[in-house]
Amino acid sequence: MVTLTELILETFGLTKAFLGFTAVKDVNLQVRRGAIHALIGPNGAGKTTVFNLLTKFLPPSAGRIQFNGRDITRVKPADVARLGMVRSFQISAVFPHMSVRDNVRVALQRPLGTSFHFWRPAASLDALNPRAEELVEAVGLGAFIETPAVELAYGRKRALEIATTLALDPEMLLLDEPMAGLGQEDIGRISTLIRKAAESRTVLMVEHNLSVVADLSHTITVLTRGQILAQGSYAEVSANPEVREAYMGTGHA
Amino acid sequence: MKQLPFLIMLAALLVAPFVVYPLFLANALCLALFACAFNLLAGYSGLLSFGHSAFLGTAGYITAYTTKSWGYPPELAILLGVAASSLLGALFGFLAIRRQGLYFAMVTLALAQMVYFVCLQAPFTGGENGIQPVPRGHLFGVIDLSPNMTMYYFALGIFLIGYGIIYRTIHSPYGRVLKAISENEPRAVSLGYRVDQYKLLAFVLSAGLSGLAGSTKVLVYQLGSLADVSFGTSGEVLLMVLIGGLGTVMGPVIGAFIVATMVNYLAQYGSWVTVIQGVIFVVCVLIFRRGVAGEAMALARRWRLRAGAVAKP
Ligand SMILES: Nc1ncnc2c1ncn2[C@@H]1O[C@H](COP(=O)(O)OP(=O)(O)OP(=O)(O)O)[C@@H](O)[C@H]1O
Ligand SMILES: [Mg+2]
Repeated sequence: MVTLTELILETFGLTKAFLGFTAVKDVNLQVRRGAIHALIGPNGAGKTTVFNLLTKFLPPSAGRIQFNGRDITRVKPADVARLGMVRSFQISAVFPHMSVRDNVRVALQRPLGTSFHFWRPAASLDALNPRAEELVEAVGLGAFIETPAVELAYGRKRALEIATTLALDPEMLLLDEPMAGLGQEDIGRISTLIRKAAESRTVLMVEHNLSVVADLSHTITVLTRGQILAQGSYAEVSANPEVREAYMGTGHA
Repeated sequence: MKQLPFLIMLAALLVAPFVVYPLFLANALCLALFACAFNLLAGYSGLLSFGHSAFLGTAGYITAYTTKSWGYPPELAILLGVAASSLLGALFGFLAIRRQGLYFAMVTLALAQMVYFVCLQAPFTGGENGIQPVPRGHLFGVIDLSPNMTMYYFALGIFLIGYGIIYRTIHSPYGRVLKAISENEPRAVSLGYRVDQYKLLAFVLSAGLSGLAGSTKVLVYQLGSLADVSFGTSGEVLLMVLIGGLGTVMGPVIGAFIVATMVNYLAQYGSWVTVIQGVIFVVCVLIFRRGVAGEAMALARRWRLRAGAVAKP
């Protein structure tokens, strides 16, 4: 039995319509605090749109979003991040022409309160270097600290993204297909990173790789055509005949 | 070593008026500051404005009017020009910043056209004739700016102040956030930055510095004119920055001197200037994308790579 205080994120009738096409329809999502929660579903099911709604990158057509007991339906996207819910993107999102260290420092510098100080030397940010280096080491990029992000291999870009996100020390992480485009070796590394990050946080993750989902997540929500089809543990969800059919229909085993 | 290009530029600017006509140089310096200010927005914030002439021209008119009609000293007249263009920048920015890409550019263009229309019609601008002759006056009541040499070094001082402010801004905590926003705006938002506020500040800084250039420019040729608020000027500053190198610190200065020289020497061909500028514009956009400074830097980097064995990530 789930009591309300255990939920960190909850949506009520969340709906998004694009010009008459309903991409997300009446979604009631409940994410428990401290869980790794996977959101799965075939291509075009509306998973990324749900992320965009949760982080306010898109305004919902209807419905409410509650985070940490607070209604965030009308909060601005930057402020969602400040409240402790930070997202990643389906396509790797780094600052390409900044070094690995500088990427992480962008996330670290905001709490200093000097981010509007155009008269202050950038060297004043050097105090952040030890913390930045620690975060970069933790994702295994220590050797690339001076490398511009654009020159990193794809798997390393994803690792950098995680380091940057963790620099904000958010209560909740939203990861949109963190494993997409990665080789087996990278998948293992990123899995470890996510599990480690989740020790003290909640993670909501969109992922197509079902072995990763089975391996990492406590709870799974299946989305098809914008609606929740099933919810539960991996065993429960994978036993559901409707889920099997939805996945077979689009070629995902 | 990193400051070497700047030191070379400074040395050249210090001796240049002994070789070249000082007023031509002073005017070019104002254009250079204008281009640097434009570049702060286009190159470092990723915001393309088609209406920057409004800031250059408005500040120019304010300075011209207050010195000529009210007898204000140059420092105060310039300060008023900068204040006016900053305010105008805040207004433009407020209206344009929520728009993306081309829409942003179109809003700035539309607003600048409105400013142009006001300047054409308002009685105090002198319409087609402009305001002339603008007295240069005495700086702080002491230094007479009428000798051309003095005027040149005054313009150089103003240019260096503006250039310094831009350099500092780019290399500040704020500059880091601006760069992050221009590189990947959604990511910057997802890290908690309210990007509109950062863009607005960039717009106001750029407008204010464009005004500084415009106010000084008016004192150089002692003329406040419609040309400075016209669309052609907004296009020309884009050309300067593209030729010199978008998003490089010194590129716009080089670009401004190239364009100023071009305009000067091609003046005899009349309206062909526009055609030639157009061709150069197209060539820059198609082949010479990084501009003079950008290409030079890329060349230097390739050189260094070849010289030393560099570890590949
Ligand atoms: N801004 C938009 N305007 C119009 N339609 C959109 C928009 N964004 C998404 N859609 C549509 O909404 C549907 C859901 O898209 P979404 O990106 O959320 O799917 P997804 O589940 O993330 O798919 P994938 O697994 O391919 O990433 C798709 O049909 C898509 O075309
Ligand atoms: Mg998606």
